[in-house]
Amino acid sequence: MPLNNDTIQQTLIQKFGDVLTDWQEPYGMLTFTAPKEINLKVLQFLYDEPTLNFRFLTDLQAVHYPANKGQELAVVYHLHNLVDNVRIRFKVFTDIPKPDVFSATALYQSANFMERETYDFFGVNFTGHPNLIRILNVDEMDYFPMRKEFPLEDQTRVDKDDEMFGR
Amino acid sequence: MSEHILLPEGSIEKQTTTLNLGPTHPATHGVFQNILELDGERILKATSTVGYIHRAFEKLAERRPLYQITPITDRLNYCSSPINNMGWHITCEKLLGVDLPKRVDYLRIIIMELARISDHLICNSIVGVDSGAYSGFLYLMQFRELIYEIYEEVCGSRLTTNIGRIGGFERNFTNTAFVKLEKFLATYPKQLKEFETLFNRNRIFMERTIGVGAISAERALNYGFTGPNLRAAGVDYDVRVHTPYSSYQDLEFTIPVGKTGDCYDRFLVRNQEMWQSLSLIEQAYKKVQEFKGAESEVFHADSPAYYLPEKKDVYTKMEALIYHFKIVMGETDIPAGELYSSVEGGNGELGFYLISDGGRSPYRLHFRRPCFIYYQAFPELVQGGMLSDAVITMSSLNLIAGELDA
Repeated sequence: MPLNNDTIQQTLIQKFGDVLTDWQEPYGMLTFTAPKEINLKVLQFLYDEPTLNFRFLTDLQAVHYPANKGQELAVVYHLHNLVDNVRIRFKVFTDIPKPDVFSATALYQSANFMERETYDFFGVNFTGHPNLIRILNVDEMDYFPMRKEFPLEDQTRVDKDDEMFGR
Repeated sequence: MSEHILLPEGSIEKQTTTLNLGPTHPATHGVFQNILELDGERILKATSTVGYIHRAFEKLAERRPLYQITPITDRLNYCSSPINNMGWHITCEKLLGVDLPKRVDYLRIIIMELARISDHLICNSIVGVDSGAYSGFLYLMQFRELIYEIYEEVCGSRLTTNIGRIGGFERNFTNTAFVKLEKFLATYPKQLKEFETLFNRNRIFMERTIGVGAISAERALNYGFTGPNLRAAGVDYDVRVHTPYSSYQDLEFTIPVGKTGDCYDRFLVRNQEMWQSLSLIEQAYKKVQEFKGAESEVFHADSPAYYLPEKKDVYTKMEALIYHFKIVMGETDIPAGELYSSVEGGNGELGFYLISDGGRSPYRLHFRRPCFIYYQAFPELVQGGMLSDAVITMSSLNLIAGELDA
C-alpha cells in the first residue's frame, strides 16, 4: 500500500492518540502540531516505524507568533521519506519565558547547525544540544533578531547623515 | 646561551599546531573559517565557523513584496543565481496559483540547466586548481563567460541575475540569445570532453582525490546532504525527479550516482551532470522550437495581477499601467498560506518555506540552503587527513559563502 497522508495520520493517531492536533494539508503537505514535551518521541517514531520511515530532516526552523500568548514560538520540522517520496511537516509550540525544546541532534546530525541558527534568531533553547551557541550573528548579541518585536529600520527616517551612506 | 628563555605557556607540552584556515584564505574560496588542530600535517580536529557575510535575508524578506525578494535570492548561491531566482518564482507561483505556459517552463529549464553547468564547471575546475592543475580551469572558464552572455541577453545582467519574473520572463528571448545558446551547445561538449580527458584518468589527480573526504551514504543522509554530494555517496535523490517542477517530467535524463562519496566521485558526478544538463538543454530547446505562430511568442503567464508588465505596455496601455502601479507599490495582497517548495540547486535541495498571512510581504520566509546544512560534515570529512586534502575537500563540496550565511 503506498504511503499517503491518510495512512500517516492514522498511524500517528494510533500511536499518540489525540495529543497530536491541528491536522492540515496546505498545498498537499501533511501538517500537524505536537506538544513540545514529546517532539523527540514523535521524531523517533517517524524515524523507526518501518511503514513511515521518515529518515531525512529537510529543514528545521522557527516562526514567531507574538499574538499567540503562551505559545509564541513554533519550531517547524520538515521531514522527508525518500523511499516513498512523501514529505510531512510538524510543529511544536513553546512560550518565550521558558523556550525549552528537546534537541534532535541525537537523531539527526544535520539538526546541529539548524538548531543553532534557530537559537540564534529566535532564542529557542534546544535542551541536549552539544554546542548551542550563536552561529550567524556576533557572539555578543543579546537579543534574538528574527522575533517580531524587532522591526526593520523605518525607511522614511531622516535623522541619518546621508553623506555617510552615499545618498 | 646561558640565559633561560621563557616560552609561552603550553608551547612545550602542546605538540600540536593550531591553524586558522580562513576566513580570508585564498584556498577557502569564500569567507568562512576553519580552526584546524594539526599534528604535523595531519588534521586532528577541525572547528568550522560561519556567519562572516550574514545579511539578514530572512528579516529583509519580511518587509518586501514578493517581486523584491528575487534579488535577495541571487545572493544565495551566486554561482548559479538563476536557479535560485526560478526556485523563488516557482514558490510564488504555487502560492498564488499561477499556471505557466509550457514554453515558459522549457525556457526556464534552459536557463536553469545553463546555471547548473556554470555552477559545476566552476566547482570542478577549482578542484583541479586546488590539486595543481590550472589549465582545465582556464579552458572551461571561457564557457562560463558564454553562459553569462546568454544571461545578459535574456535579463541584462551576469552574476546576480534577477532573471525572470513571477509568472514568466521579463521579455522574450532574443534571437541573439538563441544563437549564443546554439554556439554553446556546439562548442561546449568538445571542451568538456577535453577537460575529462585531462582529469578523469590522470594518475596525479586520482591519487589526490580518491579516498579523500569520503562519506558513506548513511552518514551523508544523516548530515542532510543533498545534490551532487549526496549522489556521489550513492543515493539517487534529485528534486527534479522526486518532485518535478517546471515540466522536468517531460524530458529524459538520468541521475548519475557515485559510490564512495569521496572527492573523486563528487568530481565525476558533477561532470556527468553537466552532460545530462547539456542533453536537457538540447531537449528543451527542441521543444521550444516546436512552438509555432502566436505560441512561439509566449514568454509569461496570463496573470496580470502578479506578472509585472512590460515597460512598453505600461507606457501605452491603461490596464498595464494600473497593474504595474499596484505591483510596484505592493498593493496586491498575496493569499494567506503555508508552503514549502524546493528546486534542485547547484548544490542540492534549495527550499523555500513561505508563510503568508495575507499581507503584501511574507510573514516568514526561510531558505533551506543546502551548503549550510552539509557544511557541518566538514570536520568529520577532513579529520585524520592531510591539510592539503582539507583544501580539496572544501572545494569539491562546492561551499559557497553566500549560501552558507543567507
